[in-house]
Amino acid sequence: MVKAVYPKVYQDAESALDDVLHDGMIIVAGGFGLCGIPEHCIAAIKKSKVTGLTIISNNCGVDDFGLGLLLHDRQIKKMISSYVGENKTFERQYLNGELQIEFNPQGTLAERIRAGGAGIPAFYTKTGVGTIVAQNKESREFLGETYIMETALVAELAIVKAWKGDKEGNLVFRKTSRNFNAPAAMAGKITVAEVEELVEPGELDPDLIHTPGIFVQRIFQGHKFEKRIEVRTTRSRAADKSTTY
Amino acid sequence: MAWTREEMAQRAAKELRDGYYVNLGIGIPTMVANYIPDGMRVTLHSENGMLGTGPFPYEGEEDPDLINAGKQTVSELPSSVYFDSATSFAMIRGGHINLAILGALQVSEAGDLANWMIPGKMVKGMGGAMDLVAGVQRIVVIMDHNAKDGEAKLVKECSLPLTGVGVVNLIITELGVFEFREGKLHLIELAPNVLAGEVRSRTDAKFIDDLK
Repeated sequence: MVKAVYPKVYQDAESALDDVLHDGMIIVAGGFGLCGIPEHCIAAIKKSKVTGLTIISNNCGVDDFGLGLLLHDRQIKKMISSYVGENKTFERQYLNGELQIEFNPQGTLAERIRAGGAGIPAFYTKTGVGTIVAQNKESREFLGETYIMETALVAELAIVKAWKGDKEGNLVFRKTSRNFNAPAAMAGKITVAEVEELVEPGELDPDLIHTPGIFVQRIFQGHKFEKRIEVRTTRSRAADKSTTY
Repeated sequence: MAWTREEMAQRAAKELRDGYYVNLGIGIPTMVANYIPDGMRVTLHSENGMLGTGPFPYEGEEDPDLINAGKQTVSELPSSVYFDSATSFAMIRGGHINLAILGALQVSEAGDLANWMIPGKMVKGMGGAMDLVAGVQRIVVIMDHNAKDGEAKLVKECSLPLTGVGVVNLIITELGVFEFREGKLHLIELAPNVLAGEVRSRTDAKFIDDLK
């Protein structure tokens, strides 16, 4: 039976993910730190209690927010990430051998995800040449310089967060919360997008849409986003130049 | 007296040129932005998807959607623009960024950089560092001259896992400045009241004395 494309609109994360989630699946998630993370989808995955997950995401949240929440019930088997610093639960499970991590340089990770969505099975990059990242990978010379081959990443499910979306799945992101959400949206066989505001087709300027709805299979409006700040940093109103940056 | 951290950042700011697109690493490198000369147009790149990164916001104006690569809240400038992570690293890898300033654990006399992992300690990951050193046109390292236990950080060969091979162009420590020229390490400046002999005794890497 062919699945209908429409309607793309769902009530909430639980209903959007209900017939998609299963143990052992590969999920790619948007977000950088806690910025632009798909909070509602993560909560629904936690509630579902699926385990043995491989998650592709730049980071793993913090102990009590973001993807870190999925560590509490040991739902994650493996992370593919560029940096997982801010998480004591992560460190403990990793050192106990309960959790695998495959480190990717951030740019390589972003491009592997983009390539996966773009039908490019592999590409060459100079990043990591001569380091442990290059181990066991093919290399090739182009114009006298060495590059290593990296392969695409595709996931059964992509969970992304956007600022606004319409009922066609077209997405607009806000400021630095775009980050990995845009490439991740391309790389999921099924992409579920949560938005702060869901609008009718035609309300978004077609020239200003960041992710075309062809990449998005399911969309819902999140009922309440926490949007936590990881490192609140401010500068003093006194003319103290040294604290500006 | 050897340079303070602020003075090291000020020295690094001398590497900026009008019109440069610059990526500043977490920690001391971020301070370089406080010393951009008046009237010089320098655009700061944040790997998480922003050009024209502004200063930290005033209290009460923090925006959770507006952070830098260190996950700190920042602000916007009239010249700011946002884009996704794949585009951000296309800028980095594609050689569009003029200068990156980052920290180091070790730099070798061949210009190899190690700055992401200490085996035996919890590994947190390399983040964007490997892409930066592979792609950005000029790499400037700011670091303490020696480790806390006194070990040399300017070494013959890096013993720590590498971030990149032969990638470093300039090194600024509290004792002075080194530059790689035609694959060889040169000492080109000393901080005030620092003697070349002290630098030599605290450095394992072979270098050529190019002080005037």
